[in-house]
Amino acid sequence: MAERKVELEVLRYNPETDSEPHFQRYSVSCPEEWVVLDALNHVKETLDPTLSYRWSCHMAVCGSCGMMIDNEPKLACKTFLRDYPGVIRVEPLRHFPIQRDLVTVPDDFIAKLARVKPYLIPKEPRPLEAGEYRQTPAELKRYKQFTLCINCMLCYAACPEYGLIPDYIGPAALSLAHRYNQDSRDGGRGERQEEVASKAGVWECSFVGACSEVCPEHVDPAAAIQQAKIQSTVDWYKEHLMPWLKK
Amino acid sequence: MAEEMSGKPYLRPISSEWIFRHPRYLRYMVREFSCLFIGGYTLLLVAGLKSLSDGRAAYEAFLECLRSPASIVFQVLALAFAAYHSITWFNLTPKAMPLQLGEDFLPDAAIAGAHFAAWAVLSLAVLYFAGAF
Repeated sequence: MAERKVELEVLRYNPETDSEPHFQRYSVSCPEEWVVLDALNHVKETLDPTLSYRWSCHMAVCGSCGMMIDNEPKLACKTFLRDYPGVIRVEPLRHFPIQRDLVTVPDDFIAKLARVKPYLIPKEPRPLEAGEYRQTPAELKRYKQFTLCINCMLCYAACPEYGLIPDYIGPAALSLAHRYNQDSRDGGRGERQEEVASKAGVWECSFVGACSEVCPEHVDPAAAIQQAKIQSTVDWYKEHLMPWLKK
Repeated sequence: MAEEMSGKPYLRPISSEWIFRHPRYLRYMVREFSCLFIGGYTLLLVAGLKSLSDGRAAYEAFLECLRSPASIVFQVLALAFAAYHSITWFNLTPKAMPLQLGEDFLPDAAIAGAHFAAWAVLSLAVLYFAGAF
Protein backbone atom coordinates (compact mmCIF):
# COMPACT_ATOMS: atom_id res chain seq x y z
CA MET A 1 0.00 0.00 0.00
CA ALA A 2 1.31 3.43 -0.93
CA GLU A 3 2.50 5.48 2.05
CA ARG A 4 3.02 9.19 2.09
CA LYS A 5 4.60 11.62 4.48
CA VAL A 6 2.34 14.23 6.01
CA GLU A 7 3.28 17.25 8.09
CA LEU A 8 0.72 18.30 10.67
CA GLU A 9 0.88 21.67 12.38
CA VAL A 10 -1.31 21.35 15.44
CA LEU A 11 -2.34 24.15 17.77
CA ARG A 12 -1.39 23.22 21.33
CA TYR A 13 -2.60 24.80 24.54
CA ASN A 14 -2.06 23.58 28.04
CA PRO A 15 -4.16 25.67 30.44
CA GLU A 16 -1.89 24.79 33.34
CA THR A 17 1.37 25.99 31.82
CA ASP A 18 0.67 28.10 28.71
CA SER A 19 -0.41 31.72 28.60
CA GLU A 20 -1.43 31.33 24.95
CA PRO A 21 -1.60 28.57 22.32
CA HIS A 22 1.30 27.72 20.00
CA PHE A 23 1.77 25.42 16.99
CA GLN A 24 3.60 22.12 17.13
CA ARG A 25 4.71 20.09 14.09
CA TYR A 26 4.36 16.34 13.72
CA SER A 27 5.55 14.22 10.79
CA VAL A 28 3.42 11.19 10.07
CA SER A 29 3.74 8.45 7.44
CA CYS A 30 0.32 7.41 6.40
CA PRO A 31 -1.56 5.25 3.91
CA GLU A 32 -3.62 6.91 1.18
CA GLU A 33 -6.95 6.29 2.87
CA TRP A 34 -6.18 7.96 6.18
CA VAL A 35 -8.25 10.87 7.42
CA VAL A 36 -6.94 13.63 9.70
CA LEU A 37 -8.34 11.81 12.74
CA ASP A 38 -6.24 8.72 11.90
CA ALA A 39 -3.13 10.90 11.82
CA LEU A 40 -4.02 12.47 15.19
CA ASN A 41 -4.58 9.03 16.68
CA HIS A 42 -1.23 7.93 15.30
CA VAL A 43 0.48 10.96 16.84
CA LYS A 44 -1.16 10.30 20.19
CA GLU A 45 -0.31 6.60 20.18
CA THR A 46 3.28 6.79 18.96
CA LEU A 47 4.69 10.32 19.16
CA ASP A 48 3.00 12.44 21.79
CA PRO A 49 0.48 11.00 24.28
CA THR A 50 -0.21 14.49 25.67
CA LEU A 51 -2.10 15.61 22.54
CA SER A 52 -5.78 16.15 23.43
CA TYR A 53 -8.78 16.11 21.06
CA ARG A 54 -12.31 14.73 21.06
CA TRP A 55 -13.54 11.89 18.92
CA SER A 56 -15.79 8.90 19.17
CA CYS A 57 -17.45 7.25 16.18
CA HIS A 58 -14.97 7.83 13.31
CA MET A 59 -17.88 7.86 10.84
CA ALA A 60 -19.39 11.36 10.83
CA VAL A 61 -22.25 10.51 13.15
CA CYS A 62 -21.24 11.60 16.64
CA GLY A 63 -20.12 15.13 15.78
CA SER A 64 -17.23 15.11 18.29
CA CYS A 65 -14.17 15.65 16.09
CA GLY A 66 -14.98 19.05 14.62
CA MET A 67 -11.86 21.18 14.19
CA MET A 68 -10.33 23.77 11.89
CA ILE A 69 -8.35 22.03 9.15
CA ASP A 70 -6.46 24.52 7.01
CA ASN A 71 -8.78 27.23 8.32
CA GLU A 72 -12.01 25.43 7.41
CA PRO A 73 -14.31 23.83 10.00
CA LYS A 74 -14.28 20.10 9.24
CA LEU A 75 -14.93 16.76 10.86
CA ALA A 76 -11.46 15.21 11.28
CA CYS A 77 -12.96 11.76 10.57
CA LYS A 78 -14.29 12.88 7.20
CA THR A 79 -11.28 14.85 5.96
CA PHE A 80 -8.80 12.86 3.88
CA LEU A 81 -5.11 13.70 4.23
CA ARG A 82 -4.60 13.09 0.51
CA ASP A 83 -6.71 16.16 -0.29
CA TYR A 84 -4.10 18.43 1.32
CA PRO A 85 -0.83 18.86 -0.56
CA GLY A 86 1.27 20.84 1.93
CA VAL A 87 1.56 21.15 5.69
CA ILE A 88 -1.87 20.59 7.23
CA ARG A 89 -2.80 23.12 9.88
CA VAL A 90 -5.07 21.68 12.57
CA GLU A 91 -6.67 24.02 15.12
CA PRO A 92 -9.56 23.82 17.54
CA LEU A 93 -12.95 25.04 16.30
CA ARG A 94 -13.01 28.79 16.00
CA HIS A 95 -15.19 31.02 18.20
CA PHE A 96 -15.13 28.58 21.13
CA PRO A 97 -12.80 28.86 24.13
CA ILE A 98 -9.95 26.34 24.01
CA GLN A 99 -9.98 23.93 26.94
CA ARG A 100 -6.81 22.13 25.92
CA ASP A 101 -5.15 21.58 22.52
CA LEU A 102 -7.98 20.76 20.08
CA VAL A 103 -10.63 20.43 22.79
CA THR A 104 -13.03 23.38 23.02
CA VAL A 105 -15.60 24.41 25.62
CA PRO A 106 -19.03 23.87 24.01
CA ASP A 107 -21.07 25.15 27.00
CA ASP A 108 -22.38 28.23 25.20
CA PHE A 109 -23.82 26.16 22.35
CA ILE A 110 -25.33 23.58 24.72
CA ALA A 111 -27.05 26.33 26.75
CA LYS A 112 -28.45 27.97 23.60
CA LEU A 113 -29.65 24.63 22.28
CA ALA A 114 -31.63 24.10 25.50
CA ARG A 115 -33.16 27.58 25.22
CA VAL A 116 -34.86 26.85 21.88
CA LYS A 117 -36.54 23.70 23.30
CA PRO A 118 -35.41 21.25 20.63
CA TYR A 119 -37.95 18.55 21.40
CA LEU A 120 -41.58 17.82 20.58
CA ILE A 121 -44.05 19.91 22.55
CA PRO A 122 -47.42 18.29 21.79
CA LYS A 123 -50.34 20.56 20.86
CA GLU A 124 -52.47 18.97 23.57
CA PRO A 125 -51.90 16.18 26.10
CA ARG A 126 -52.31 12.85 24.40
CA PRO A 127 -53.12 9.69 26.33
CA LEU A 128 -51.00 6.62 25.63
CA GLU A 129 -54.12 4.72 24.48
CA ALA A 130 -54.49 7.15 21.59
CA GLY A 131 -51.57 5.29 20.00
CA GLU A 132 -48.75 6.62 17.88
CA TYR A 133 -48.81 9.88 15.95
CA ARG A 134 -49.36 9.48 12.26
CA GLN A 135 -47.55 11.49 9.65
CA THR A 136 -47.78 11.49 5.88
CA PRO A 137 -44.54 11.24 3.84
CA ALA A 138 -45.09 14.90 2.86
CA GLU A 139 -45.33 15.96 6.51
CA LEU A 140 -42.12 14.05 7.25
CA LYS A 141 -40.29 15.57 4.31
CA ARG A 142 -41.23 19.06 5.49
CA TYR A 143 -38.72 18.89 8.36
CA LYS A 144 -36.59 15.79 7.71
CA GLN A 145 -33.53 17.62 6.39
CA PHE A 146 -33.27 19.60 9.63
CA THR A 147 -33.27 16.43 11.75
CA LEU A 148 -29.88 15.43 10.37
CA CYS A 149 -27.94 17.85 12.61
CA ILE A 150 -25.28 16.06 14.68
CA ASN A 151 -24.45 19.08 16.90
CA CYS A 152 -20.87 19.17 15.65
CA MET A 153 -20.75 22.99 15.86
CA LEU A 154 -18.91 23.42 12.55
CA CYS A 155 -21.56 25.97 11.61
CA TYR A 156 -20.73 28.06 14.68
CA ALA A 157 -17.05 28.02 13.76
CA ALA A 158 -17.92 29.13 10.21
CA CYS A 159 -20.36 31.86 11.20
CA PRO A 160 -18.73 35.32 11.46
CA GLU A 161 -21.87 36.68 13.15
CA TYR A 162 -21.41 34.24 16.02
CA GLY A 163 -17.74 35.16 16.28
CA LEU A 164 -18.49 38.87 16.40
CA ILE A 165 -21.74 38.74 18.41
CA PRO A 166 -21.43 35.95 21.00
CA ASP A 167 -25.05 36.46 22.13
CA TYR A 168 -26.30 35.19 18.77
CA ILE A 169 -28.15 31.88 19.27
CA GLY A 170 -26.50 30.59 16.11
CA PRO A 171 -27.20 28.28 13.16
CA ALA A 172 -27.57 24.77 14.63
CA ALA A 173 -29.83 25.75 17.53
CA LEU A 174 -32.05 27.91 15.29
CA SER A 175 -32.35 25.23 12.64
CA LEU A 176 -33.28 22.66 15.29
CA ALA A 177 -35.98 25.01 16.56
CA HIS A 178 -37.21 25.23 12.97
CA ARG A 179 -37.13 21.45 12.68
CA TYR A 180 -39.65 21.12 15.53
CA ASN A 181 -41.73 24.10 14.39
CA GLN A 182 -42.15 22.37 11.01
CA ASP A 183 -43.28 19.09 12.60
CA SER A 184 -47.00 18.37 12.31
CA ARG A 185 -46.96 16.74 15.77
CA ASP A 186 -45.61 19.83 17.45
CA GLY A 187 -47.42 22.75 19.04
CA GLY A 188 -44.47 24.51 20.71
CA ARG A 189 -43.73 27.22 18.16
CA GLY A 190 -45.12 29.99 20.36
CA GLU A 191 -42.78 29.04 23.19
CA ARG A 192 -39.78 28.82 20.89
CA GLN A 193 -40.52 32.13 19.21
CA GLU A 194 -39.47 33.99 22.36
CA GLU A 195 -35.92 32.91 21.58
CA VAL A 196 -36.07 32.41 17.82
CA ALA A 197 -37.61 35.80 16.98
CA SER A 198 -35.57 37.72 19.56
CA LYS A 199 -32.73 40.10 18.76
CA ALA A 200 -30.21 37.32 19.51
CA GLY A 201 -32.27 34.94 17.36
CA VAL A 202 -32.81 34.87 13.61
CA TRP A 203 -32.49 38.66 13.25
CA GLU A 204 -28.82 38.55 14.14
CA CYS A 205 -28.23 36.46 11.00
CA SER A 206 -27.19 38.44 7.91
CA PHE A 207 -27.25 35.40 5.62
CA VAL A 208 -23.55 34.84 5.08
CA GLY A 209 -24.53 31.24 4.30
CA ALA A 210 -21.24 29.78 5.59
CA CYS A 211 -23.10 27.50 8.04
CA SER A 212 -24.76 25.62 5.20
CA GLU A 213 -21.57 25.38 3.16
CA VAL A 214 -19.59 23.71 5.96
CA CYS A 215 -22.37 21.47 7.34
CA PRO A 216 -21.15 17.86 7.01
CA GLU A 217 -24.75 16.57 7.02
CA HIS A 218 -26.19 19.07 4.50
CA VAL A 219 -28.71 20.37 7.00
CA ASP A 220 -28.74 23.88 5.49
CA PRO A 221 -29.17 25.96 8.67
CA ALA A 222 -29.12 29.17 6.60
CA ALA A 223 -32.32 28.03 4.88
CA ALA A 224 -33.98 27.25 8.22
CA ILE A 225 -33.07 30.69 9.58
CA GLN A 226 -34.36 32.59 6.53
CA GLN A 227 -37.62 30.61 6.63
CA ALA A 228 -37.97 31.45 10.33
CA LYS A 229 -37.38 35.12 9.49
CA ILE A 230 -40.21 35.10 6.97
CA GLN A 231 -42.55 33.31 9.40
CA SER A 232 -41.65 35.77 12.17
CA THR A 233 -42.33 38.69 9.84
CA VAL A 234 -45.73 37.24 8.93
CA ASP A 235 -46.42 36.89 12.69
CA TRP A 236 -45.59 40.56 13.21
CA TYR A 237 -47.88 41.75 10.43
CA LYS A 238 -50.69 39.53 11.63
CA GLU A 239 -50.32 40.85 15.17
CA HIS A 240 -50.12 44.54 14.25
CA LEU A 241 -52.30 44.82 11.14
CA MET A 242 -54.85 42.08 11.76
CA PRO A 243 -55.35 42.04 15.54
CA TRP A 244 -58.79 40.48 15.08
CA LEU A 245 -57.10 37.23 14.05
CA LYS A 246 -55.81 36.88 17.60
CA LYS A 247 -57.67 34.30 19.60
CA MET B 1 -13.62 11.13 39.86
CA ALA B 2 -13.64 14.13 37.58
CA GLU B 3 -10.76 16.48 38.13
CA GLU B 4 -11.32 20.19 38.48
CA MET B 5 -9.92 22.16 35.57
CA SER B 6 -7.08 24.10 37.09
CA GLY B 7 -6.34 26.31 34.08
CA LYS B 8 -8.39 28.88 32.26
CA PRO B 9 -9.83 28.16 28.81
CA TYR B 10 -8.27 30.39 26.16
CA LEU B 11 -10.52 32.42 23.88
CA ARG B 12 -8.76 33.45 20.70
CA PRO B 13 -9.38 37.07 19.70
CA ILE B 14 -11.40 37.82 16.54
CA SER B 15 -9.74 40.05 13.97
CA SER B 16 -10.98 41.25 10.62
CA GLU B 17 -8.84 38.59 8.87
CA TRP B 18 -11.92 36.33 8.75
CA ILE B 19 -13.03 38.20 5.63
CA PHE B 20 -10.05 36.75 3.72
CA ARG B 21 -10.11 33.27 5.27
CA HIS B 22 -12.32 31.87 2.51
CA PRO B 23 -13.70 33.34 -0.75
CA ARG B 24 -17.27 32.93 0.59
CA TYR B 25 -16.66 35.61 3.22
CA LEU B 26 -15.28 38.00 0.62
CA ARG B 27 -18.28 37.37 -1.65
CA TYR B 28 -20.55 38.08 1.31
CA MET B 29 -18.74 41.33 2.13
CA VAL B 30 -19.00 42.46 -1.51
CA ARG B 31 -22.75 41.82 -1.32
CA GLU B 32 -22.96 43.86 1.89
CA PHE B 33 -20.69 46.56 0.43
CA SER B 34 -23.03 46.91 -2.56
CA CYS B 35 -25.51 48.74 -0.30
CA LEU B 36 -23.22 51.80 -0.31
CA PHE B 37 -23.56 52.15 -4.08
CA ILE B 38 -27.27 51.34 -4.09
CA GLY B 39 -27.81 53.85 -1.26
CA GLY B 40 -25.66 56.39 -3.12
CA TYR B 41 -27.68 55.95 -6.28
CA THR B 42 -30.90 56.43 -4.32
CA LEU B 43 -29.55 59.75 -3.00
CA LEU B 44 -28.68 60.70 -6.58
CA LEU B 45 -32.30 60.07 -7.61
CA VAL B 46 -33.54 62.17 -4.69
CA ALA B 47 -31.20 64.98 -5.74
CA GLY B 48 -32.63 64.67 -9.27
CA LEU B 49 -36.19 65.00 -7.97
CA LYS B 50 -35.16 68.04 -5.92
CA SER B 51 -33.61 69.70 -8.98
CA LEU B 52 -36.78 68.93 -10.97
CA SER B 53 -38.88 70.74 -8.39
CA ASP B 54 -36.42 73.67 -8.46
CA GLY B 55 -37.17 74.38 -12.10
CA ARG B 56 -35.89 73.78 -15.59
CA ALA B 57 -32.44 75.35 -15.17
CA ALA B 58 -31.70 73.33 -12.04
CA TYR B 59 -32.84 70.10 -13.71
CA GLU B 60 -30.72 70.74 -16.79
CA ALA B 61 -27.71 71.42 -14.57
CA PHE B 62 -28.42 68.10 -12.85
CA LEU B 63 -28.57 66.28 -16.20
CA GLU B 64 -25.30 67.93 -17.21
CA CYS B 65 -23.79 66.76 -13.95
CA LEU B 66 -24.88 63.18 -14.72
CA ARG B 67 -22.83 63.30 -17.95
CA SER B 68 -19.57 64.06 -16.17
CA PRO B 69 -16.95 61.27 -16.29
CA ALA B 70 -16.98 60.83 -12.48
CA SER B 71 -20.76 60.48 -12.52
CA ILE B 72 -20.63 57.92 -15.33
CA VAL B 73 -18.01 55.88 -13.46
CA PHE B 74 -20.22 55.99 -10.36
CA GLN B 75 -23.30 54.91 -12.31
CA VAL B 76 -21.49 52.01 -13.95
CA LEU B 77 -20.21 50.87 -10.54
CA ALA B 78 -23.68 51.24 -9.00
CA LEU B 79 -25.18 49.20 -11.85
CA ALA B 80 -22.56 46.47 -11.40
CA PHE B 81 -23.08 46.30 -7.65
CA ALA B 82 -26.88 46.38 -7.97
CA ALA B 83 -26.72 43.52 -10.49
CA TYR B 84 -24.36 41.54 -8.24
CA HIS B 85 -26.64 42.09 -5.26
CA SER B 86 -29.78 41.13 -7.16
CA ILE B 87 -28.31 38.04 -8.81
CA THR B 88 -26.75 36.65 -5.61
CA TRP B 89 -29.92 37.47 -3.70
CA PHE B 90 -32.27 35.82 -6.21
CA ASN B 91 -30.04 32.75 -6.20
CA LEU B 92 -30.65 32.48 -2.45
CA THR B 93 -34.45 32.72 -2.67
CA PRO B 94 -35.00 28.93 -2.88
CA LYS B 95 -33.53 28.65 0.63
CA ALA B 96 -35.81 31.30 2.09
CA MET B 97 -39.04 30.30 0.39
CA PRO B 98 -39.15 26.63 -0.48
CA LEU B 99 -42.45 25.49 -1.94
CA GLN B 100 -43.69 22.01 -1.16
CA LEU B 101 -46.18 20.68 -3.67
CA GLY B 102 -47.58 17.40 -2.41
CA GLU B 103 -44.59 15.44 -1.20
CA ASP B 104 -41.82 17.10 -3.15
CA PHE B 105 -40.30 20.53 -3.06
CA LEU B 106 -40.29 22.67 -6.18
CA PRO B 107 -36.77 22.61 -7.72
CA ASP B 108 -34.51 25.52 -6.68
CA ALA B 109 -34.14 26.61 -10.30
CA ALA B 110 -37.91 27.16 -10.59
CA ILE B 111 -38.03 29.48 -7.56
CA ALA B 112 -34.92 31.47 -8.46
CA GLY B 113 -36.04 31.43 -12.12
CA ALA B 114 -39.41 32.95 -11.21
CA HIS B 115 -37.60 35.82 -9.48
CA PHE B 116 -35.32 36.40 -12.47
CA ALA B 117 -38.33 36.33 -14.80
CA ALA B 118 -40.19 38.88 -12.65
CA TRP B 119 -37.05 41.03 -12.61
CA ALA B 120 -36.80 40.92 -16.41
CA VAL B 121 -40.49 41.74 -16.88
CA LEU B 122 -40.36 44.67 -14.46
CA SER B 123 -37.14 46.00 -16.03
CA LEU B 124 -38.70 45.83 -19.48
CA ALA B 125 -41.79 47.64 -18.16
CA VAL B 126 -39.60 50.41 -16.72
CA LEU B 127 -37.72 50.73 -20.01
CA TYR B 128 -41.05 50.80 -21.89
CA PHE B 129 -42.49 53.58 -19.73
CA ALA B 130 -39.19 55.46 -20.00
CA GLY B 131 -39.71 55.42 -23.78
CA ALA B 132 -36.79 53.18 -24.67
CA PHE B 133 -38.78 51.29 -27.33
